[in-house]
Amino acid sequence: MSKARKDFTQEQETKIIKGNVSAAYAAKSARVQVIGAYPITPQTTVVEKLSEFVDSGSMPGTQYIKVESEHSAMASMVGASMTGTRTFTATSGQGLFYMNEMLHWATGTRLPIVTAIASRGPAPPWNIWADFTDVISQRDTGWMCSFCATHQEIYDEILMSYKVCEDYEILLPKFVAYGGFILSHTSKPVIIEDQEAVDNYLPPLPDEKGWPHIFMDPERPMMFGNLIMPSGFYSEFRLKIHDAHMKAKEKIKNAAKEFEKSFGRNYGNGLTQQYKMNDAEVGMLIYGDLALQMEEAVDLVREEGYKVGMVKLRYFRPFPVEDIINIAKSVKVLGVMDRATAFGSPTGGPVSSEVKTAIEGVEKTAKILPMIGGLGGREVTLEQQTEQLKILIKMNETGDAPGDLFHGTLWHGKLEVE
Amino acid sequence: MVTIKQALDDEIACKEWFLPGNSCCAGCGLEIALRWAMKALGPNTALVTPASCLNVVIGLWPKTAPNFPFTNMAFAAGASAATGISEAYKAKAYRFPGKVWEKMTTLVFAGDGGTTDIGIQALSGAAERNSNIIYTCYDNEAYMNTGIQRSSSTPHGAKTTTTVFGKERFKKNLPAILAAHEIPYVATCSISEPLDIYEKYKKAKDIEGCKYIHILAPCPPGWNYPSEDTVELARLAVKTGVWPLYEIENGILTLHKKSKSLVDPSKRAPLVDYLSRQKRFSNISEQALIKLQERIAHDWDNIKAKLRAQEK
Repeated sequence: MSKARKDFTQEQETKIIKGNVSAAYAAKSARVQVIGAYPITPQTTVVEKLSEFVDSGSMPGTQYIKVESEHSAMASMVGASMTGTRTFTATSGQGLFYMNEMLHWATGTRLPIVTAIASRGPAPPWNIWADFTDVISQRDTGWMCSFCATHQEIYDEILMSYKVCEDYEILLPKFVAYGGFILSHTSKPVIIEDQEAVDNYLPPLPDEKGWPHIFMDPERPMMFGNLIMPSGFYSEFRLKIHDAHMKAKEKIKNAAKEFEKSFGRNYGNGLTQQYKMNDAEVGMLIYGDLALQMEEAVDLVREEGYKVGMVKLRYFRPFPVEDIINIAKSVKVLGVMDRATAFGSPTGGPVSSEVKTAIEGVEKTAKILPMIGGLGGREVTLEQQTEQLKILIKMNETGDAPGDLFHGTLWHGKLEVE
Repeated sequence: MVTIKQALDDEIACKEWFLPGNSCCAGCGLEIALRWAMKALGPNTALVTPASCLNVVIGLWPKTAPNFPFTNMAFAAGASAATGISEAYKAKAYRFPGKVWEKMTTLVFAGDGGTTDIGIQALSGAAERNSNIIYTCYDNEAYMNTGIQRSSSTPHGAKTTTTVFGKERFKKNLPAILAAHEIPYVATCSISEPLDIYEKYKKAKDIEGCKYIHILAPCPPGWNYPSEDTVELARLAVKTGVWPLYEIENGILTLHKKSKSLVDPSKRAPLVDYLSRQKRFSNISEQALIKLQERIAHDWDNIKAKLRAQEK
């Protein structure tokens, strides 16, 4: 065991902490070696906490680069990861947009960089509150992407992410997204795991030679990222990235299974997590923090005798097509709630558009009701969520979609404007 | 001053690290700059190159010319990616002490566009943090890779494909901007003085922190002159005082011997000697010529003032 492995100490401990601090603890538990970060609301407390860890000596050997922008944050992560170190950064909304060029670079270089996203709505008008349009709009960068519903899930998901990303058959970067303020700035009990248990769960840090495919090693001088002519292997490299996403589905399932075995917490099959779906006639597909409260809404509506259930979408990339098909086959009506927008897409909501694509051509699937709500951090109350479920029940009973759809989508909880 | 004999005694300097078979144009100034920088730094060097001619001439996949770790990088990301590499070496040195990781030099070779325009934010960030990198601007005074468009490093009066009647504004003084960041080492070089390049990189290698070296690298197609004139033009840039050779070490400015005497304006070769050999200045107006001359005099006044202040 090397020096660094003995230096990191942590006993299992339950702490009442903010979602952002939970992300910082996960980076520490993962023994991240290089951090490059730039502050942005509502991510700030992630980088503040990490700075405290590094400066106080509780992450020995870890280098913290205080960059001057998010573009540089991701560029520094690309450089550090290429050199064969475990890396971590965090950002939000506008910062993520500013990173965009380097996100593509990380994927093309096949670097397992994990990035926490305290999601916020895109400006203008300025908005700093929960809205997943930021992370979802990076859909085609090739990053894997998952959402968290709880403070504990942020910690757990970051650990699971390194396991998936660093698998030699995958080698992809990944976002771990959670709602700004709703999760980032509220405090809840989070179990920080024993360091040795985390070490046993996670793959070891990259060895001296770094990753198998990329290195900045004078003993093996190589050059990376060359210009490649159209007749070269460009298409084939792209195909391999898509292939890695497809292969990642099994790895994600295994990582969640192993996680449950190691730490006792269950996250469904890793890709999706079902709640009272066994006998459900009507279901709601939902992601992020809204999913937590929706469990309660499901319970309330069930008390009235309706068979409703909920599916928490954990992964957006890779998109769990097989799960979605099975879910759509198991219920008669499926609501899909987006706390995000995809302007000009089939439904206006990014996940509902994908769900429609996923079940295209499959027989006997549920009627889909695309929904959009909670944009820019607007509060979605428990009453509203029960109402949403009842709209689905009514749709099942009458066979008709509600009348007040906007181009086929229910924008729920919107203000009346002329 | 390093002599040729001393350089020949250096085993690493006698080897080539940027290998033949690259696709540089005949008479490329960049090639000379990189060859000599690498002779000083040797193989324990990782090179980052943001978008520039160097991305192309370094070798089209699967051909490669560098005999050391090299990565291409996005245009604005030279200094920041290099910082990531340099910090990762520190993290590796912590886990694997006594290995090559603690001896690594992280080098950036960026063009003037990648430095003075799109890359300036990341560079300023690295300079302010004092990240442990050597950042090189190889300056051919326009966006040569994309077809000779003006950059903020293009001199006044020069024709480019986006300044067809000559550039209005003056060249941005990047070394002065970097010196204002108070980094430990700033230097200018010309490819006509390869031993000076060698010496300055040797020095930079042993300094901890952010080092900035700005090398004037003439470009035959971009400046529009016969390719055999590259070294001569770089030499004339020094002789006329257009390109003063100096280093600023911990704030102390020292002129190279070829530039020292030029503090006296009468010792400077006539500016037209330099301009007349490049077709990019073929239509320069008398007015522009005067402005350019005044600007050079002004830059030298600043150098003089700085030297005088140091004497006190």
